[in-house]
Amino acid sequence: MSRHEEIARAAAEIAPIPRGEDGEPVFREPWEAQAFAMTLALYERSLFTWSEWAQALSGAIKRAQAAGDCDDGSTYYRHWLAAIEALVSEKGIASEQALAERRGAWDRAAHATPHGQPILLKNDPLR
Amino acid sequence: MTHHHHYQDDHDHSHLSDIELRVRALESILIEKGYVDPAAIDALVETYEVKVGPRNGARVVAKAWADPAYREWLRQDATAAIASLGFIGRQGEHMVAVENTPDEHNMVVCTLCSCYPWPVLGLPPVWYKSAPYRSRAVLDPRGVLAEFGVSLPETTRIRVWDSTAEIRYLVVPMRPKGTEGMSEEALADLVTRDSMIGTGLARRPEEVAR
Repeated sequence: MSRHEEIARAAAEIAPIPRGEDGEPVFREPWEAQAFAMTLALYERSLFTWSEWAQALSGAIKRAQAAGDCDDGSTYYRHWLAAIEALVSEKGIASEQALAERRGAWDRAAHATPHGQPILLKNDPLR
Repeated sequence: MTHHHHYQDDHDHSHLSDIELRVRALESILIEKGYVDPAAIDALVETYEVKVGPRNGARVVAKAWADPAYREWLRQDATAAIASLGFIGRQGEHMVAVENTPDEHNMVVCTLCSCYPWPVLGLPPVWYKSAPYRSRAVLDPRGVLAEFGVSLPETTRIRVWDSTAEIRYLVVPMRPKGTEGMSEEALADLVTRDSMIGTGLARRPEEVAR
């Protein structure tokens, strides 16, 4: 069984992950695969159980639907990302505020990085 | 004028979308705190990278091989020709198709920013994002090709295309010999991701186990 099957099964009760014709997970954009890989890495380090994950994902989807999510599958990994963010905050790994501050740092770093160069956090002029 | 300013900004500087900022923020904190190993994330992403978009690009190339009118359209306006098959980027990237011929081989490079035509090629391979690939592809394209197992005749000129924020390139590899009369679907199976980056050639029919 592939490494991802266990967590995919946990998600399946809430909303199954998008899969290709060969049954493997598919991602439409690179960040989706990164979000998926991060969840798997945290799960494998036992930072949460599958039922905690299912609950977080379900909560993220409900919040998005309440906010008028188009619910056509295109936003699937946005919910996934929101679920990890909520979980790491709940677990005291990274607070919402820490995440928000770090987003600001990356944004400044990107703007300070000439096009074609790798965007590194140390490029943030405020760091 | 806000939009105009933003566009100008992107000429010189990099830009990350809101969702990319969220992913990077989360990932960098998790890495700093030792919860995830960046190499492990890369390795995991790498296992999925061939699963996504290359099939889209392969369909574009196969259609260009099989349908002269489509090929001409792709030459004139790749963005529209590719969009007609339903492959549209989030940022509406301008696509340019560069065709390989016996005289000229095309290769595409870019860097760590998001300049990769993922709607047609899927997730960028890890090596594509590496600094050595980019610098060496420009300085010694023939050497890089050799490492990918591709040797071209000395008479074939190699052109290296550097993607920009506005233009993403798709290499149209040469149609292999012995493929006359093959269906578009069968042709698409010959088109690898690397052949559309220019670090590989299309496979010959006998290389494809069916």
